[in-house]
Amino acid sequence: MFGYLLRRVISGILVLLAVSFVLFTVFAKGPAQPALAYCSKGVCTAEQLDIIERNLGLDQPLLQQYGTYIKGVVAGREINSGTLSLDCNVPCLGYSFKKFEMVTPFLLDRFPATLSIALGASVVFLTVGVAVGVISARNRGKPLDRGLQGFTMLATAIPYYLVALLAFLFLVSKWGLFPTTEYVAPFAESFSGWFKGMLLAWLVLGLFYTTAYVRYSRGSMVEALNEDYVRTARAKGLTDRRVALKHALRAALVPVVTIFGLDFATILAGTIFTERIFNIQGIGLEALQSIGQQDLPVISATVLIAATFVVVSNIVVDVAYAALDPRVRL
Amino acid sequence: MSEPLLEVTDLVKHFPVKSSGFVRRTIGQVQAIDGISFSIEKGESLGLVGESGCGKSTTGRVLTKLYEPTSGSMKFDGVDLAPLSQKQMLPHRKDIQLIFQDPYSSLNPRHTVGSIVATPLRTRQVVPENKTMDRVKELLEVVGLNPEHYNRYPSDFSGGQRQRIGIARALALQPKLMIADEPVSALDVSIQAQVINLLQDLQREFGIAFLFIAHDLAIVRHFCPRIAVMYLGKIVEIGDRDTIYERPHHPYTQALLSAVPDVKQAEVGGRRDRIRLTGDVPSPINPPSGCRFRTRCWKAQDICAKEEPPLLQIGRGPSAGTGHQVACHFAEPNTSIIATPQSHSA
Amino acid sequence: MTDMHHPSSTPAFLEVDDLTVRFPTRDGVVQAVTGLSYKVELGKTLGIVGESGSGKSVSSLAVMGLHDLERTDITGSIKVEGQEVVGLSENRMRKLRGNAVSMIFQDPLTALHPFFTIGDQIVEGYKAHHSGVSKKTARAKAVEMLERVGIPQPNRRVDDYPHQFSGGMRQRAMIAMSLVNDPKLIIADEPTTALDVTVQAQILDLLQELQRDFGSAIVIITHDLGVVAEMADEVLVMYGGRCVEHGGGKEVLTHPEMPYTAGLLSSVPDLVGDPRERLHPIPGTPPSLLSPPRGCAFNPRCGYTHLVPGEMCTRELPPLESGGRGSAHLKRCHLTDSGTVLAEQLPVYAGTAMDPGEPAGPTAEPDPTPKENAGE
Ligand SMILES: Nc1ncnc2c1ncn2[C@@H]1O[C@H](COP(=O)(O)OP(=O)(O)OP(=O)(O)O)[C@@H](O)[C@H]1O
Ligand SMILES: Nc1ncnc2c1ncn2[C@@H]1O[C@H](COP(=O)(O)OP(=O)(O)OP(=O)(O)O)[C@@H](O)[C@H]1O
Ligand code: SF4
Ligand SMILES: [Mg+2]
Ligand SMILES: [Mg+2]
Repeated sequence: MFGYLLRRVISGILVLLAVSFVLFTVFAKGPAQPALAYCSKGVCTAEQLDIIERNLGLDQPLLQQYGTYIKGVVAGREINSGTLSLDCNVPCLGYSFKKFEMVTPFLLDRFPATLSIALGASVVFLTVGVAVGVISARNRGKPLDRGLQGFTMLATAIPYYLVALLAFLFLVSKWGLFPTTEYVAPFAESFSGWFKGMLLAWLVLGLFYTTAYVRYSRGSMVEALNEDYVRTARAKGLTDRRVALKHALRAALVPVVTIFGLDFATILAGTIFTERIFNIQGIGLEALQSIGQQDLPVISATVLIAATFVVVSNIVVDVAYAALDPRVRL
Repeated sequence: MSEPLLEVTDLVKHFPVKSSGFVRRTIGQVQAIDGISFSIEKGESLGLVGESGCGKSTTGRVLTKLYEPTSGSMKFDGVDLAPLSQKQMLPHRKDIQLIFQDPYSSLNPRHTVGSIVATPLRTRQVVPENKTMDRVKELLEVVGLNPEHYNRYPSDFSGGQRQRIGIARALALQPKLMIADEPVSALDVSIQAQVINLLQDLQREFGIAFLFIAHDLAIVRHFCPRIAVMYLGKIVEIGDRDTIYERPHHPYTQALLSAVPDVKQAEVGGRRDRIRLTGDVPSPINPPSGCRFRTRCWKAQDICAKEEPPLLQIGRGPSAGTGHQVACHFAEPNTSIIATPQSHSA
Repeated sequence: MTDMHHPSSTPAFLEVDDLTVRFPTRDGVVQAVTGLSYKVELGKTLGIVGESGSGKSVSSLAVMGLHDLERTDITGSIKVEGQEVVGLSENRMRKLRGNAVSMIFQDPLTALHPFFTIGDQIVEGYKAHHSGVSKKTARAKAVEMLERVGIPQPNRRVDDYPHQFSGGMRQRAMIAMSLVNDPKLIIADEPTTALDVTVQAQILDLLQELQRDFGSAIVIITHDLGVVAEMADEVLVMYGGRCVEHGGGKEVLTHPEMPYTAGLLSSVPDLVGDPRERLHPIPGTPPSLLSPPRGCAFNPRCGYTHLVPGEMCTRELPPLESGGRGSAHLKRCHLTDSGTVLAEQLPVYAGTAMDPGEPAGPTAEPDPTPKENAGE
């Protein structure tokens, strides 16, 4: 188990290094001239550009720049720009000259909002999705199942941003059925404020993902219900309910967990529409804005964070596998 | 006697077992086959029997070089195939063909029967392209399928018919040796006999030698004049049909035969020794010391744990000269494993 | 049609009468079992043999009430200890299942849940039929059951998962599971097909021993005639969803009166007799249950139809009736004095004109035995 985790962590780190290096190369050699971003109003004379490049170390060889960047991530570094000299603490993801802020604390600030969205929405789509999937599977072929399947098909076809936008416009703005959506720190400020502020985002994003989870869990539940061991369980005289919820569901959850791991990582990396429409200052929104402003340090940081989530969730999924299935030994 | 078609000497195939730690070290070996020797004459069939996991399929796969042997030699038609690279092996490939157990998964469902059977002909260019279809139809006819069905897909055929397609494919290159790995165990009882008869006809007609792998002892007795019994990667007894079934010497052979439920036996009701082994076959990763069968053997003594019994020729007597070999410290014949009608009336 | 199998006076523990099981599917109605009747008494073993798809499993799943009633039409009667099971409510059926009647499935690897320990799976059935079982009692029960089926160190192995058991041990665990409530009827559906011969022998011995000790009735389903010969007091041969021959085990296997049974017997090689003798396969393949042949379901593969006058074989379903060997031996065949005919005459197969039951498939599995038949 320990050896396995170590191996996975190391290979994960290698992946992240590769991702960051590719990012770095693309930005350094790409069409967007990094130094340009630091000119006021985007206009600089050639000399000014030169000075900025030298200040930022952009005139150094690529590998050396990359080394500095990675050193910053692991050990922190000092960022100099002209007269300015700033301490960038571990994990240093650079300094945004657009925002005049360190990237790491800035994104850390936004992270709780995104985490809140991810957690809340996951609770919604996991419970509702799996429950409906199980009900559908247990009634497979019957009108109830057909109805549920038709409904989820239909729901899948509607674009998410449309649902989110309409929900916001009508439920919040027009009818006021839901409180204004916003992010309120649950511990520092108010827990109930947090809950109320997030509720609609959770429901809308959660129900959006629910349709997919109904399909996944229905599929794997139908398969599990056809397994020989489920027939054995019935032959023992257990109730159908117990057979479904203990024997079949346990097996059916395994594939659902895998997909959930990836989905959760994706949501954590930022849900642009959700944050935008419900006005929640999370990572997704930042990523969007930074792309618009060509704020390279922020863009790379958000990409790197997303990659980290994916790597970590993969490891967590594998551990969850081992917990669910005694045949899997790590 | 002329040189045998296939002569296998001390053939070994081990599969490494990796640790699950950070560095994946090799922590052991699955000793799938561990030093087996046997030979097959031209046109002869040798049966290979034994319980699940004893290394029968591995033997077949090593002989066709689907697996690289770990050590040992396998002389085929005078050439040792063991050290050959896949490329050097190519010219010999067509002489050794495999028939698989599962008639469902061994045929590509998206290819027509004609193209399945034609593939070996085309890749080898043994017949001119414009003659290929004629040859395919001929082959289908030989295995008892309607040659006009060459453009149908495997899913249109029943299990027995699919096995025939596999046989036609194996036959296409006129091999000298066919390795049939459980060719009928996936088939229905009434269909098994159809395929067995077909294989026997082909063998007689084309003089093909067979390595016939099966766990059904009655079918092996029917198909093979010579039989090798394997246990945990070793050959424990090899001999002709009558010796193996009527005077088995190795305790494992005796136990195996004694365990076969048989209609005729029940019918005859003659005296039949009842040998019941306890426990299961040990793991091939960590086989018992000395004789590998000793953990389940009722005859085992101290020496069995200490010394591995060599596969020795059984001297004189009716079995001498037929190449009857046994690997047991306490080998002795038992003639009442199978109740024959004669022994009953006697 | 279902009168008297045995003139015994004690009512049988299991009485199946005119059981018919059909599955309406998109392609048509699968007539999996038609008009099946049999009885099994306590302490006796009935062997059901037949090829793949002949309806063996479907008929026994019906006894266990394990069919999905929404997708299955079941008619006829199944009486367990006098109680009618067909149409019984799920709740009452559940009280029988795993209790008075239990089942052993073919492949112990897939039939055991990979995520739960052997012990848990054994006691689960016990708890389902006994309320208020403490953890300690439950565990003790599991250990006791494992011990009873001969698992060494049951105390330790009870916490193992199925994948930590060998094939034979898994089947023993499966048997332990089915015995936990001391069932009076055990249905074993191909209990040894997935096992090696030496392990098969152990398992068959175990079943026989348990039957001796507890006097249960056993229905053993298999396609291995050897297993039937060793285990069964009575044998029932199924073909195309119907019983085609039924009688005492030894009686049917030594004096078959139905060409299919005789064909099966002569198509399997055995351990005695001349090994060089050619096998006599049954040509063709089993019938489709979607559109079974008219008349006798076996007629497209039968080598004796020419001895039956008036093309009866293709026109009329032969009744299941006693032949020349007493009322305890029933056969479904138009042939008069079929036992003698089968013993004395070899089957004659007409050329390659056979196209048995393969709706979309290429025509026949051509007759692979023209050589022997030509001169006969
Ligand atoms: N590719 C492989 N890698 C590792 N181990 C293998 C491999 N192939 C086979 N083995 C192991 O080698 C041993 C012999 O396997 P093999 O398939 O030859 O047995 P067999 O006699 O054909 O059994 P069966 O009757 O079940 O087909 C088994 O323990 C098996 O697990
Ligand atoms: N739920 C079902 N829906 C439709 N057809 C079914 C269903 N269950 C079984 N059948 C069909 O019923 C027929 C009889 O099946 P059954 O499982 O009883 O065969 P069997 O005699 O047990 O064969 P085997 O030896 O392969 O186990 C088969 O043709 C099968 O395809
Ligand atoms: S009834 Fe006719 S077809 Fe059926 S088994 Fe008897 S002789 Fe053969
Ligand atoms: Mg094999
Ligand atoms: Mg079955």
